Amino acid sequence: MMEWVNTLSQWALPVVVASILVIGHFRKVPVYETFVEGAKEGFPTAVRIIPHLVAMLVAVSVFRESGALQLTLNWLRPLFSLLQIPSEIVPMALLRPISGSGSSAVMIDIFKTYGPDSLLGKMASVLQGSSDTTLYVLTVYFGSVGIRNARYAVKVGLLSDLAAAVFSVMVVYWIFAV
Amino acid sequence: MINAIWVSLLLIGIVVGAATGNIEGITRGILQGAEDGVAVCFGLISIMVFWLGLMKIAEQAGLVQLLSKLLRPVARFLYPSVPENHPAMGSILANMSANILGLGNAATPLGLKAMRELQTLNPHPDRASDAMCTLLAVNTASLTIIPATVISYRMQFGSANPTEIVGASILATFLGTSVAILLDRLFRAYNRDQRRKR
Repeated sequence: MMEWVNTLSQWALPVVVASILVIGHFRKVPVYETFVEGAKEGFPTAVRIIPHLVAMLVAVSVFRESGALQLTLNWLRPLFSLLQIPSEIVPMALLRPISGSGSSAVMIDIFKTYGPDSLLGKMASVLQGSSDTTLYVLTVYFGSVGIRNARYAVKVGLLSDLAAAVFSVMVVYWIFAV
Repeated sequence: MINAIWVSLLLIGIVVGAATGNIEGITRGILQGAEDGVAVCFGLISIMVFWLGLMKIAEQAGLVQLLSKLLRPVARFLYPSVPENHPAMGSILANMSANILGLGNAATPLGLKAMRELQTLNPHPDRASDAMCTLLAVNTASLTIIPATVISYRMQFGSANPTEIVGASILATFLGTSVAILLDRLFRAYNRDQRRKR
């Protein structure tokens, strides 16, 4: 299993790139010119996101650095224990939607303290792998086309993050706990 | 909602910092956050340029259209409002495929392209359309089958079996994504109901 997965993740990218190039070439697409033509869109799209991302990351960073995050964590702990989420995983579950690097940092901390193969280490790995940084995705995706009214998308994103956290814990208990 | 989140994060942060005498934390937070925002965007430029270039070749070669044809049943279920032959469908499916293959850094540029094409179908350019909300729900729930970054962290910290969590991740991702799609549908129906009542 491990060999197979490692090989697959190493080969996926080169195979995709090579197939597109080869098929494009055989279909008589002027590959180089076409690449350059498409690539032109990249810079303006990335630059258009800057104001949105700076706004959001400043808010997240102030929230974290001021100590407000720690306070909220202590305050929310009962809710998470009600959902059977171990208290070590709580900071991660809470950080996951707002900061990808923040939740990685907690995961690494869990790896260092309990080891990656402990039940907590596995929970952290599954949680990190099964969800994404909702606020970042939202900011970048909607920001790039100038959407101001996100309607119910924020609620859907945050609620499914909570669901992902609960499921990660449940699945790990189910598969790995003896 | 996003307005409320933004204002609360900032104001609560400032009030807590002030109350606990951690004023320099706020200043550090602002500078650090702004720096991170620009750094992330510049990091995005390189992969955006590369993947949008490659995507254009795939489009011209008819690969994107082929993909749309293969995944038509899924697409029709998830995005009923997008016409089948619209370019948005191609980008949406390319974004999904990149997520599934674990090509995390390809998924964002393809997703942004899909967003831009969905915007051409949107009658209210500053309000998210149904399809845009679904695209977001699918992307925030992370469709990833092989969490490559997590695996590499596990290796780095000496795991005896770094890929052991792949099966559990797939199951959790599948459950999480199902909930996201379900919630998306529920809120959409509720939204429509509310508007009809008004």
